[in-house]
Amino acid sequence: MADEREVAERPASRRIIAPGYTFGTVTDQIATVVLTRRTPVFWYISFGVGFALLLVFLWSVAVLLAKGVGIWGIRTPVMWGFAITNFVWWIGIGHAGTLISAILLLLNQRWRNSINRFAEAMTLFAVACAGMFPLLHLGRPWLFYWLFPYPNTMAVQPNFRSPLVWDVFAVSTYATVSLLFWFVGLMPDLATLRDRTQNRFARAAYGILAMGWRGSARHWSVYETATLLLAGLATPLVLSVHTVVSFDFTIAIVPGWHSTFFPPYFVAGAIYSGFAMVLALAIPLRSVYGLEGLITARHLDNSAKIMLATGLIVAYAYMLETFTAWYSGDVYEQSALWNRMTGPYAVCYGALIFCNILAPQALWFKRIRSSPALLFVSSIVVLVGMWLERYVIIVSSLAQDFMPSSWSIFQATRWDWGTYLGTIGLFLFLFFVFIRLLPMISIFEVRTLLPQAKVEEEAQG
Amino acid sequence: MSDGSKKLDLAAARARLAGGRDYWRSLDDLASTAEFQDLLEREFPRQAVGWSDDEDRVAGRRNFLKLMGASLALGGLTACTRQPTEHIMPYVRQPEELIPGRPLFFATAATLGGIANGVLAESHEGRPTKIEGNPEHPATLGACDIFSQASVLQLYDPDRSQALSLQGEIHSWGSFLGRLREALAVQKTKNGAGIRILTETVTSPALADQLATIQKLYPASKWHQWEPAGPHSARAAASRAFGAPTNTYYDLGKANVVVSLDADFLASGAGSLRYARQFASRRRVQGGQTTMNRLYVTEPMPTPTGAKADHRLPLRADDIEEFAWALATAVGAANGPKNGDNADVYKWIGAMARDLLVNKGASLVIAGDYQPPMVHALAHVMNSFLGNVGKTVFYTDPLEANPVDQVASLADLVKDLDAGAVDLLLILGGNPVFTSPVELGMRDRIQKAALRVHLSQYEDETSEVCQWRLPETHYLESWGDARAFDGTVTIQQPLIQPLYNGRSAYEVLQMLTETPESGSYQIVKGYWAARHQGADFEAWWRRAVHDGVVPGTALPTKTPAILGAALAERPQKRRLGGKLEVIFRPDPTIYDGRFANNGWLQELPKPITKLTWDNAAILSAATAHRLGVATGDMVELAYQGRSLHAPVWVQPGHVNGAVTLHLGYGRTAAGRTGNGMGFNVYGLRTAQALWHDTGLEARKVPGSYLFATTQNDHVLDTRRHIIHKGDLEDYRKNPESVHEGAEAPPRELTLYPEWKYEGYAWGMAIDLNACTGCGACVTACQAENNIAVVGKDQVRRSRIMHWLRVDTYYNGDVNHPELYNQPVPCMQCEDAPCELVCPVQATNHSAEGLNDMVYNRCVGTRYCSNNCPYKVRRFNFYLYSDYETPSLKLLHNPNVTVRSRGVMEKCTYCVQRINAAKIDAEKQDRKVRDGDIQTACQASCPSEAIVFGDINDPASRVSQMKAEKLNYALLAELNTRPRTTYLAALRNPNPEIDG
Repeated sequence: MADEREVAERPASRRIIAPGYTFGTVTDQIATVVLTRRTPVFWYISFGVGFALLLVFLWSVAVLLAKGVGIWGIRTPVMWGFAITNFVWWIGIGHAGTLISAILLLLNQRWRNSINRFAEAMTLFAVACAGMFPLLHLGRPWLFYWLFPYPNTMAVQPNFRSPLVWDVFAVSTYATVSLLFWFVGLMPDLATLRDRTQNRFARAAYGILAMGWRGSARHWSVYETATLLLAGLATPLVLSVHTVVSFDFTIAIVPGWHSTFFPPYFVAGAIYSGFAMVLALAIPLRSVYGLEGLITARHLDNSAKIMLATGLIVAYAYMLETFTAWYSGDVYEQSALWNRMTGPYAVCYGALIFCNILAPQALWFKRIRSSPALLFVSSIVVLVGMWLERYVIIVSSLAQDFMPSSWSIFQATRWDWGTYLGTIGLFLFLFFVFIRLLPMISIFEVRTLLPQAKVEEEAQG
Repeated sequence: MSDGSKKLDLAAARARLAGGRDYWRSLDDLASTAEFQDLLEREFPRQAVGWSDDEDRVAGRRNFLKLMGASLALGGLTACTRQPTEHIMPYVRQPEELIPGRPLFFATAATLGGIANGVLAESHEGRPTKIEGNPEHPATLGACDIFSQASVLQLYDPDRSQALSLQGEIHSWGSFLGRLREALAVQKTKNGAGIRILTETVTSPALADQLATIQKLYPASKWHQWEPAGPHSARAAASRAFGAPTNTYYDLGKANVVVSLDADFLASGAGSLRYARQFASRRRVQGGQTTMNRLYVTEPMPTPTGAKADHRLPLRADDIEEFAWALATAVGAANGPKNGDNADVYKWIGAMARDLLVNKGASLVIAGDYQPPMVHALAHVMNSFLGNVGKTVFYTDPLEANPVDQVASLADLVKDLDAGAVDLLLILGGNPVFTSPVELGMRDRIQKAALRVHLSQYEDETSEVCQWRLPETHYLESWGDARAFDGTVTIQQPLIQPLYNGRSAYEVLQMLTETPESGSYQIVKGYWAARHQGADFEAWWRRAVHDGVVPGTALPTKTPAILGAALAERPQKRRLGGKLEVIFRPDPTIYDGRFANNGWLQELPKPITKLTWDNAAILSAATAHRLGVATGDMVELAYQGRSLHAPVWVQPGHVNGAVTLHLGYGRTAAGRTGNGMGFNVYGLRTAQALWHDTGLEARKVPGSYLFATTQNDHVLDTRRHIIHKGDLEDYRKNPESVHEGAEAPPRELTLYPEWKYEGYAWGMAIDLNACTGCGACVTACQAENNIAVVGKDQVRRSRIMHWLRVDTYYNGDVNHPELYNQPVPCMQCEDAPCELVCPVQATNHSAEGLNDMVYNRCVGTRYCSNNCPYKVRRFNFYLYSDYETPSLKLLHNPNVTVRSRGVMEKCTYCVQRINAAKIDAEKQDRKVRDGDIQTACQASCPSEAIVFGDINDPASRVSQMKAEKLNYALLAELNTRPRTTYLAALRNPNPEIDG
């Protein structure tokens, strides 16, 4: 145990936290964001944008429920359009949070301690956004519960052969575990806030949420076990959720969907877009709230490297997709790919190749990885690219499949955009509420990164 | 009658009656008994006691107040329940033969252009819901065309004319009759010189008899006819060739070689249903038959007939006359020019002539209704020369009661209108303001008549200029009679009371006679009773009405001599002179415009083009290139000083240098469905050139138009084996040649054990060799299965709801493509991809092999449609079904669920018909017999291309078809194992002709 710790500590010397921090200053810096500091203009603007878009979302959903999914651009061959694209995209974004909190925890990557909290929050909110779409895209959304195997008098059960039912389990499990993980991790910090706040109502609220956390040794012992268990539960989810989501496509016989390499391809793409989102959130936050000491260049560099790695996996998948289509000799597979590259969606395909393969190659250069501004731009590019990838896979495959007589081209309507941008609004709204009310960086975990935290361990060692 | 002294005094009554026309109500009235007088005075004698004069006034008032108080108090009690009072009416005395839940079928006839198609109307508890063909009727033989199918929607159309009105003010029929009689009284004094009656083509013997009667009453009155899309040139040609009006019909079953001179005989015109069946019977290479007939078609615009041609030659409408001359000359029947400067015309002539000559007596030349009289004359000459008359061609007296030159007839009316000689203009049906040749300016001219009456099912463009607008009955609401293509008369019987208090043309005409109040029933029955010979008219009548065919009314065939002057007029070549040819044709689905408000017909994809809700300036790719336009661009079409703007549709197979325009669109007073759709081609159409002319100029103008078409990609991909096809010769040598390149995996290539279908296993076979692509099956399916109309905007978004579609594919050169039509219903795959992916098990497999759809369970994920390789599933993106309009509720088939928003639907093989047949069979303790179940598409198909049945029964027709070497499964390589399979399309090209 001690040896492992020592190994794990080594990165600490390479600045995963700026020098000069003490337990007190760490706590102060993170807690004052919530408790005492003036809310920066940046927050108001971001929250305002999020809230405005949330209203767009509510309006779009109201119209959707009143009229039906016909308000979207979906049509006979392209029965899935923006809704499922957004669903896959949002779910994918969530994956980075789980990867950071669970897998990096198990791998003892302690640099994660300063980014895991908001990354987990991002996961939660991304899953919330993702979860909207499978509900809303139903023709009769008020009957969504029929997808659950609940006991009923007619003894009708869902069709367990359908990937959509697997989705229900995968996504609901993912949402539950993510929420638990995030909440359990929040408890010590909630207690800190409870103890520091001057506001009676806040104290009561934080007190209730802290669930009686007093920081006793027994608490910490239970906490460590719970976190490890949850991390163990969440780890397979990082791989399984997007694998199951990719089954929505691979199980179908649609050319362009029906292929065995979708699961790893989707998981890699998910982590790719997830880290892009982590960067897109972390870079503005650290500069606005002056958290460069806690979210250091090292964090950005590491995230960028993961993006580069997963981006290369995605690039490999594109090549493999092309190769297998050619190698299969199957006319439908070949023309599906050919249509994707040269047909009505050629612009989207070209854009996604640029965004997902060409542009991220810049991350090979340390100069770019060490420039927060450029990293921010490249993460946005990747987010756009990954959305386009899902869009192209779903829509172009459906638009031109087996029977040329039924081919028709999907065109998004304003309601498609309204719902999509609306969920971005929902995400921003939730995220900035989180920033305002909860510590965006895990106080107690960052404190363990301090040299002072190691006194005891060194004494033991 | 309590008083014995007031007994009936019969002697006194007789004395009173002897006095004259005294009306009496009963014997008591006749006897003037005091009791009866008393009864007459009091409407409710029993309840009214209590406050009448003979009671004490105070007590009466008190009693009255007591009763009122009690009524109010009790009335208040009723407020405890919110349900409105509705009286349900059990069949205490059940109508004869009516069993609730079981439909009845009544024979009647739907007419188009006056010509009858015998149909059976299905009635559910008194509501006609579906039209089927009448198997006993010679014109339909059980099949049904799109117009008859859709007529049932017309019946319930909420936009129908619902009240009789005088200048917008609702009146009663009585007041109309009064006003009419006043006018007639004036006319009586001048022998009816001011009376003009304008009708469409009339074949009805009873109506003709009425018109004759009126002619006798008012000798100076005139009867005019105008049928905008009628066979004007055929009529003129017959008069010229035979010296007398003559009706022509054909027997395609006996023709080995058929030449169509721009005749779409398989899908439009009188007798087309019968012709399609006969034609298909000669193209079925099944069950030992190894020969096929051969069809040559020359036409400007691809039609279903052209799609079936073994050799199709696109020619401008004007060149077809030259072609006919050349063919007649080559055959030896005429002495025309042997060649000309248009090489296309002459390239096949020699080979065709030899083919015709070899098959003397078993060949047939058909001239299209829209070709000029000379082409008809040449066809008559050729058929006569080839010895086809009496074998494949038959002549009879005309079907029309009064075969006149309708253009002249209309011109005559215009002349009288201009002269102010028309006091009373009675327009019975039709819409002359909209459909008349443009130079007649009918809208203004009609208003020169003093009293204008329009009897019409709709308040249309003509109603707008008429003072009296009379609602006309639908044929399902009224008695009538009409002749079919061979003269056979059908008595039309009503299935329902007129929904809007309409009257038929018979009844309105009757108002001009001495007995103005007679109903259609008396008129029609009276007509036939008067002509009935032999005993027991009543039995004869019942039989005729029941069968839908009046026995012995087919006109006798004759062999008229062709006059020498028939071909006197020598061919004259008109030059295009850098301009284009304009071709007018009735629209394939809304005809001359009369069906513009019929959603089923508007939304039915037009054969070949697959356009819905619109017409277009249809031209070839080369012509489009020359004009610098593409599909969706706008052009200005100028012809004889008139012009209009139209969107371009580039049609492969269309002849170069011509523009085809379909009539009937651009309606302004059609109703909510039809208004503002397309552009009005009548605005260019003159009496001199009803069907085609040179001298059209087209110019690109700014703007673009988005068509609502149901198929965007038509080109056959050589690597996708969607249509299996081949030549007869190759097929005879090697039957597998039609399937070349297609692969079907072995049946055992699945992980799951094979399901054993005990009992029935339903399947379908579709013979592509027989299918003409007419679309009757689509409309039949729509009527049977309560399929919603979605509208132009939704069709543009590819959201059409038809469960069955007819795909059209082009193969080969863009100018001379081969055309293939393929009806695609649900394939009912045994390994259905849709079933696997539905998360809520809303689509499941039945033990009989049906892919069932449970609407109630569907939540609308649409995954099934994504995973359906045939794309036959249809989704209710909005609430497409009309849950509101009361009249349309009557239309629905009660055995099929009306689907709501957010639900997937698709072809069920008409499972309601399967179950009805199974219940019947079980009651009789037997299995369902082959042929007991006919799906709606199968029943309507004129060429019997669709066959449904039990594939577990090796003797069933469908099993036998599936056993044919031609049989193939669509996308067999996916191993979905479809229950619907196809028989490959064969062509029988003339070996002498290359390509």
